[in-house]
Amino acid sequence: MEYEAVIGLEIHVELLTESKMFCDSTTRFGEEPNTQVCPVCLGMPGTLPVINKKAIEQTVKTGLALNCDIALFSQFHRKNYFYPDMPKNYQISQYDLPLASGGYVEVEMEEEGYTTTVGITRVHLEEDTGKLVHVGGAGRIAGAEYSLVDFNRAGVPLMEIVTEPDMRIPVEAKAFAQKLRAIIQSLGVSDVSMEKGSMRLDVNCSVRPKGVEEFGVKTEIKNLNSFRSLERGLAYEIKRQIEAVEAGEEIVQETRHWDETTGRTSTLRTKEYAHDYRYFPDPDLVPMELDPAWIEEITSTLPELPDERRRRFMEEYGLPSHDATLLTATKASADFYEEAVSLGANAKNVSNWMIVELASYLNAENLEIDECAVTPRHIAELVKMIDAGTISGKIAKDIFGEMFETGKLPSIIVEERGLIQISDESEIAAIVEAVIEENPKSVEDYRGGKQQALGFLVGQVMRLTKGRANPALVNKLLKEKLS
Amino acid sequence: MTLYNQTIAELHKKLVAREVSSEEITRDVLERVKDVEQELKAYLTLTEEAALAAARTVDAKIAAGEKIGPLAGIPVAVKDVMSTKGVRTTCASKILENYVPVYTATAVKKLLGDGAVMIGKTNMDEFAMGSSTENSGFNPTMNPWDIERVPGGSSGGSAAAVAAGEAIYALGSDTGGSIRQPAALCGVVGMKPTYGLVSRYGLVAFASSLDQIGPFTKDVTDCAIVLKALVGHDPADSTSLEYEAEEYVEALQRDVKGMRFGVPKEFMEEGVEPGVKQRFEEAIELFAKLGVEVDETTLPHVDYALSAYYIIAPAEASSNLARFDGVRYGLRVEGEDMIDTYMKTRAAGFGDEVKRRIMLGTYALSAGYYEAYYGQAQKVRTLVAQDFEEAFKKFDGIISPTSPTVAFKIGEKVADPLAMYLSDIFTIPVNLGGFPGISVPCGLSDGLPVGLQIIGPTFGEGIILNAAYAFEQALGFKERPSL
Ligand SMILES: [Zn+2]
Repeated sequence: MEYEAVIGLEIHVELLTESKMFCDSTTRFGEEPNTQVCPVCLGMPGTLPVINKKAIEQTVKTGLALNCDIALFSQFHRKNYFYPDMPKNYQISQYDLPLASGGYVEVEMEEEGYTTTVGITRVHLEEDTGKLVHVGGAGRIAGAEYSLVDFNRAGVPLMEIVTEPDMRIPVEAKAFAQKLRAIIQSLGVSDVSMEKGSMRLDVNCSVRPKGVEEFGVKTEIKNLNSFRSLERGLAYEIKRQIEAVEAGEEIVQETRHWDETTGRTSTLRTKEYAHDYRYFPDPDLVPMELDPAWIEEITSTLPELPDERRRRFMEEYGLPSHDATLLTATKASADFYEEAVSLGANAKNVSNWMIVELASYLNAENLEIDECAVTPRHIAELVKMIDAGTISGKIAKDIFGEMFETGKLPSIIVEERGLIQISDESEIAAIVEAVIEENPKSVEDYRGGKQQALGFLVGQVMRLTKGRANPALVNKLLKEKLS
Repeated sequence: MTLYNQTIAELHKKLVAREVSSEEITRDVLERVKDVEQELKAYLTLTEEAALAAARTVDAKIAAGEKIGPLAGIPVAVKDVMSTKGVRTTCASKILENYVPVYTATAVKKLLGDGAVMIGKTNMDEFAMGSSTENSGFNPTMNPWDIERVPGGSSGGSAAAVAAGEAIYALGSDTGGSIRQPAALCGVVGMKPTYGLVSRYGLVAFASSLDQIGPFTKDVTDCAIVLKALVGHDPADSTSLEYEAEEYVEALQRDVKGMRFGVPKEFMEEGVEPGVKQRFEEAIELFAKLGVEVDETTLPHVDYALSAYYIIAPAEASSNLARFDGVRYGLRVEGEDMIDTYMKTRAAGFGDEVKRRIMLGTYALSAGYYEAYYGQAQKVRTLVAQDFEEAFKKFDGIISPTSPTVAFKIGEKVADPLAMYLSDIFTIPVNLGGFPGISVPCGLSDGLPVGLQIIGPTFGEGIILNAAYAFEQALGFKERPSL
């Protein structure tokens, strides 16, 4: 039997506000533990929350960018459970009246050649918890000798985005998550870094026989700390579930933990341990009534979103859909591209060098485009030198590594290594003649109709010029001399 | 000259006229505390030195010819449920026995900013849960009129302190009658303002949607003076209202002739003690003499108010009190692991009534019960509020006995929580609607004070103060406890 997976995502995104969600403590990252705190975010007796308007604005922005309806009336609830990283032992969150709901995101599956739509169930706002450090044991709370708690993150605005179960294969989930990241980046409301934990993914996944409409029993996967682990974790979990179903076993509704090193998921907790959060409207906060005019104002000031940018790249720069999708996958890459083009380099050639050569170096080094030594100026210069015939594409490839490594401009590397292309016809003609002289056999073969012999002769010219000869010129001169 | 038994208004005049210093007043009050405290136990913490220092600061201002406000230099007692920086704030609970806050509640800050002299923090029912102050985690407080009887509660310490002259006035908090009922039982004036009129920031929450801070004073004039000092929008409290408060002292002088008051027939069907009923009927006659028309009215849903209150208040409390877990402040009883520490700490730290209400509230919010309990109670709450609104269309205010009985014997109702809950039957509905209510002495029954409650519409403080003042002047109640 053929099976298909049903995948839905829950994404938590920490917002980039100056102050926390319900108090005026700063949200600075990486400070000494328990220094970015005040009586409110420490849950001192008698303190009260006050809503951060900026966080509401950023969530509304996100909701709009995800094509959601914005709730003119919404509310904060208390989600009650005990945990030492929560100062109040309840989290102020949203329940049945989230700020935004009913949206969608279109995801281009470029390699696969189709576009899929992922529904957005809701976008809501809550406060982040503190951080626990367990000393002793295996770094987990069970068995720890003691635990320390840092409340610097407690109360930082946290946006939760929940999707419909609209994805069917792991790569769709990955592509969606990347698209979502690009959208949020373009809004500038979060730095959406998986590494820093400002973007966190939880995945729900079930399997069912193809053609069946009913959902299978789902599991939730936690600890997916990169797009790669999202794809790998899902692939593993889908395989595990299909094998279990085929073996006649029942899938248990549970939360599973992804282990990046073993490449497996394992049971974290089963449904019996599910909390009863006893949600109820937070009586310390009055319901929010948003002014439609304010939402109108936010709508009119939304920046260009990845979809629009992608369309513009295709129209303005004449790029194929494939290029435009890859370049606009992150804001940094799209910005990089436009800057390189603005320096006068050919639009299509800049794209080629970015999505082939630069991308493979970044991949190999596991770097983001804004983390490497290569800048738009490097790529623009490189492309312009090729287009002007100053260097060949081959030379450009040869020096890319040094450029990536050292950040030296291509013109400098070319000059240092004496790699400027020979385009002087008489200079090349002399070498061509010498090569013809030294290879009578090949000359004969060519004249006898063996086309590949010409390639050998070209190669000899290139060898003698250390690859600097203009290949088009070499071809032209060889053909002339041999005819 | 005894000073402790005088009013704010009288002492202010003497201060301004330099007939007496704040230090003299403060010493006189502290002397009185020494004389009676052993019998009354109204205070949990005395701040003698800080009080004298504050008094001297005011005296220096007066000496320098500076103008002082009406509360400057006047000794005040603060219910130990309000956060006071550097002064331990216990909420009369073992769990906070050694908790010293790092910040001061807005209401207290306002008074201190006006030069108030804080004498100490007063006893109460633990976390304001109770009607007799017997639920204090430390000791009961005795009624100055009869030390074998309770002072009422939960603000029993504040009421007793004012009645006995251990403070010129006091602050309390009222969630279901916790100011008005002890004021009635101790023969002083006590007022619960409109919900949102006085900031709750720093008031350790019992039931956030019902709690309100208010004054205990010896007479209505003082009540108007203190109220004026307390009110005002606080950006730190999202439920505090933007409202330009009127001049309450001026409102006292308005003519009450032609005012109309309603007496809910449902209230008179309750088990009101004959002595209390008699005083109340005389009060109605007195109002008639003043030209105030008193008629029967109806609050059809008021019979359900108590039930709704005992769902809503414990539900909010169960969440509000979750923060007392031994992790950050207060009592910690080390257990085997985290959960065990939580349980041991809370088992040792909370008293029976608090535990009872946490259990009630947790149950009411549980999955599957929420709608039947909390949801239903909120609907009742709306209906009760509408009943009042309806009545206020015909009447300027509603009057009733404050409590169905006079002060009862210590221990009399401890074993029967339901009987204790009935003590607040006339005050609880007012909190559900968020309306202002005042209790003013209306004579004695068997030598014990009876209180008259006057309830006004939202922001009707001026109306009820006006009526209470006229009533107080006409009645001429001058009795003081013999202690
Ligand atoms: Zn804070």
